[in-house]
Amino acid sequence: MPPLIELRPEGLYCAAGDFHIDPWRPVPRAVLTHGHADHARSGSARYLAAAQGLGLLRHRLGADSPLEGLAYGERVALGDTVVSLHPAGHILGSAQVRIEHAGETWVVTGDYKRDPDPTCAPFELVPCDVLITEATFALPVYRWEPTESVARAILAWWDECARRRVPAVLFCYALGKAQRLLAELARVVERPVHLHGAMVPLVQVYRDAGIAMLPTLPVSDSARGRDFAGELVLAPPSAEGTPWMRRFRDASTAFASGWMRVRGNRRRRGHDRGFVLSDHADWPALVATARECGARRVLATHGSTDAYVAFLREQGIYAAPLRTEFGGEDSAHA
Amino acid sequence: MKAFAALYAGLDASTATRDKVAALAAYFRAAPAEDAAWALHFLSGERLKRTVGPAVLRELAVRASGYPAWLVEDSYAHVGDLAETITLLTRRCDDAVAADLPLHRWVAELRAVPALEPAQRDARILGWWAALDDGERYVLNKLLTGALRVGVSQRLVLQALAEASGLPADRLSQRLAGTWTPTADAWRRLLAPADVDDARSDQPYPFFLAAPMEDAPASLGPRAEWLAEWKWDGIRAQLIRRSGAVAVWSRGEERLDGRFPEIERAAAALPDGCVLDGEVLAWRDGAPLPFGLLQKRIGRLKPGVKTLADAPVAFLAYDLLEVDGADLRAMALAERRARLSALLAAAGDPFPVSPAVDGDDWPALAAARDSARARGTEGLMLKRLASPYQVGRKRGDWFKWKVDPLTVDAVLVYAQAGHGRRANLYTDYTFAVWQGDALVPVAKAYSGLDDAEIARLDRWIRAHTRERFGPVRSVDPVQVFELAFEGIQASGRHKAGVAVRFPRILRWREDKPAAEADRLETLQALAARIG
Ligand SMILES: [Zn+2]
Ligand SMILES: [Zn+2]
Repeated sequence: MPPLIELRPEGLYCAAGDFHIDPWRPVPRAVLTHGHADHARSGSARYLAAAQGLGLLRHRLGADSPLEGLAYGERVALGDTVVSLHPAGHILGSAQVRIEHAGETWVVTGDYKRDPDPTCAPFELVPCDVLITEATFALPVYRWEPTESVARAILAWWDECARRRVPAVLFCYALGKAQRLLAELARVVERPVHLHGAMVPLVQVYRDAGIAMLPTLPVSDSARGRDFAGELVLAPPSAEGTPWMRRFRDASTAFASGWMRVRGNRRRRGHDRGFVLSDHADWPALVATARECGARRVLATHGSTDAYVAFLREQGIYAAPLRTEFGGEDSAHA
Repeated sequence: MKAFAALYAGLDASTATRDKVAALAAYFRAAPAEDAAWALHFLSGERLKRTVGPAVLRELAVRASGYPAWLVEDSYAHVGDLAETITLLTRRCDDAVAADLPLHRWVAELRAVPALEPAQRDARILGWWAALDDGERYVLNKLLTGALRVGVSQRLVLQALAEASGLPADRLSQRLAGTWTPTADAWRRLLAPADVDDARSDQPYPFFLAAPMEDAPASLGPRAEWLAEWKWDGIRAQLIRRSGAVAVWSRGEERLDGRFPEIERAAAALPDGCVLDGEVLAWRDGAPLPFGLLQKRIGRLKPGVKTLADAPVAFLAYDLLEVDGADLRAMALAERRARLSALLAAAGDPFPVSPAVDGDDWPALAAARDSARARGTEGLMLKRLASPYQVGRKRGDWFKWKVDPLTVDAVLVYAQAGHGRRANLYTDYTFAVWQGDALVPVAKAYSGLDDAEIARLDRWIRAHTRERFGPVRSVDPVQVFELAFEGIQASGRHKAGVAVRFPRILRWREDKPAAEADRLETLQALAARIG
C-alpha cells in the first residue's frame, strides 16, 4: 500500500483524498496550512484553509480566489479521508492538517511554534501515527528565550535610540513577525510605530481580525524630511540598502529572527542588534512534539534535517527526511 | 565579571566606532586597576596560556547539555566557534547562586585550572557554566578557548585609553610597546602623568609602518623628495643597544634574542644607547635567500653550526631612532639616514645599510621596480626624506610599492566552512591544478570574493558536493579561480612539489572551463625560475 501522503513533483499529495497540501504548482484541490509565500501559491482550482486565515489568503492569492474556510477542529470528508485543521501557533490562521484514512492518522504540521503568541491561536498537540513536521531550526543551539524578555530588550534598544536621538529601524518579515512584534510591544509600552508600505495592508488584516497591536503610521504618510529620531520603524528585509532607507539618517538598525541566535549570522547581517524571535519551533519544541504526538514515524521537511532525524532515531522514534520545496536554510520567514 | 561581559557584548553589538570608543573609555575609567589591566590585555588580542584543551571542553559540553557527542559536533560545525557553541548548548541553573567576581579574580581562577585534578577541574567548569548568565558564560568560554577577538583594533583601544586618561595616544603606545604585563602597577604606570619618565632599557619604539600605494607614484610629488629602497622580504626588527646589552625585537613586538647570534655579536660593535630599525634577512654574498630559509631560523634558539652555515642571516639597517640615549624620531629621515651611515662607519660597518634605489624620475623607478622579483625583493619602499619616524600605519610619508602578484588559474576542489562571521558559509577553499588528467591541490585561500559571490559560491558548493569529510566537502571540479600569490618555491613537504606564499583569490573565472586551468608543470617552471 502506498503511503497516505507522498511527495509528488507538485508537492505533498494525498491520493486517498485526492488533494495536495501547500503545493508549489497549480493542482485541482489544495489544502493550505498558512499564508506564507512558500506555502500558499496561486493557480490551484480550489483551496481549503482555516477560516481564521482566509483574510490573509485573500490578500495573498486575490480577493476572488476559490477559498473555502474550515473552523479549527471541524471535520470534513475529502475522498476516502476525513480532514480537519488544528492551530499551529505560527501566524494568524495557521493550521496543522490532520488526515484520517483506513484507521490511520497523519498530521502535517506546516510551520509551527509552541511559544505563546498574542496574534494567533496556540499550537494544539494532535496525536497521530505519522507526523510530517517542519524542522527549520533543527539544532539544539536554537532555543528561544521567553518572548517577553525579547520584547523588553527591543524596548531597551528603542529607548537608547531615543536617548541618542536616532531612528530605530527594526527589520523583520512583513507577515507574522511584524504583527507579533506590534502585539508583544503593546504589552510593555504604548507609543506609535512607523510601518514600511509593504506591511501596512498585512497589519490591517490583523486589525480586522481583532488583534490588539500598537498604533501604526505608514512612513509614506509622513511629510518629506520628517525627523524620525527616537521613533521605531518596522521594515521588511527587502528594504535594506534601498533609497527608502535614506530618510532614516544615522539610524540604528536591528533584525528580528530566530537565526540571530548565532553570532556569525548576526555579524553577517551587519546590523547593530539581532533579536532572537522566531515563529518556528525551536529544537526543544521540535523534539517534544515528535515525542508527545505519539507518532511511530516522523518525516522532517524544511532546511537541514539530518541532525534532527538522527537524534529522533537515537530516541527510538523512526524518522526520515522529506525533501520539499518549502523555505530551507534561507527561508523567507524564519 | 558582569561589567567586562557587558563591555564585550556592547563592543560586539555596535558597529559605530564612536560607540565602541565611548564604551571602552567608560570601562577603563570605572574598572579597578587590576581589572582594567587584564581587560586591556585581552582587548589587545592577548590570551591566557592554555587553560584546558578543546577536547575536554567538548566532553564537558556533552555532559552539561545531555546531548550526544555527535550532536555537539554538528552544532559546533554550524556555529563555527567552540566557546559560542558551548554557551548556546548550556544554560544557567535557576537555583545556582554566584557572586560577581572581578575580572582579575576570574583570571586567577582560570590560571589555576591546569593544576587541578581532572575530576576537580571538570566539576569546577561545570559549576561555572551553571552559575553564569549567557553573556558571562560566553566571555568565560572565550577565555578558556583562547583569544576574545572582539573586533576592536589596537588603534581604537588606544584612542579609548587616551580619552579615559587624557594622555596622548602616542605616549600610551610607547609605554605599551614590548612586553606589557597586566598588573595593577603596570596599569598605574601606563596612566601615569605625561611628565613621568618611562625608562625601560630594553623596550623598542613603536614601529612606523608603510601604507600600500594606491595611486600612481606621480601623485607623491617630485621624485627628489623621496628615498626609494627595495622592499625586502624578511622580518622587520629593531636592534636595541643599551646598558651594555643587545635586544632584538620583531615588528610583532616579540623578542628574537638568541635566534640570530651573528647579528647580536655584530651589534656589540655599536656604541651604547642606540636603536636601529631594519630587516632581518636570510642573506649570502650580498643577496637575499628565500624566505623559507629565514623561517628555519625563527623558531630555533641557539642554532647549531650547520644551521648557521645553511641559513645565514644579516641585518639590513633602514633607520636610526636613538643615539646617545636621545630619541631622534622627530628628525627628518634624510638626517637620520646620514647619521646612520656615519654611526655604522665609525663602528667599523657591522651592518650594511639598505641601499637607496637609483632612478632620476618616477618612470625610471617603475623600471627598477620591474626587476624587484629577480632581485629577491617584493618591490620598492618609498619614504619621504623630510618625514619623522611616526607610530603605526599612517598614510602620507611611507609607502610600499609592491610588484604585481604572480597568478595562476586553479580549480576549486575542497571547501570548508569559515569561522566567526562566516561560520555558516563555505569560505575556506582549496584549489588544484592539472597534472596529467589529475588535479593536485596547490593552494588554500580564504579572501578575495565579495559577500554576494561568497553566498553564491556557498550555494553552488552545497548543491555540488561529492563527499563530506567532517567539516570539509569535496566538490565537482568545475569552478575556476584566478589566484594571486607573492612567491613560489619548490617544496618537498607539499604533494605538488611546490609551495606558494600568500595565495589569495583575484577573481572567479566563470568564463573558463576547468580543463583550461593551469598545469602543474607551469608552476614548477615558475618555481625553478624565481624560487
Ligand atoms: Zn511560514
Ligand atoms: Zn515554511
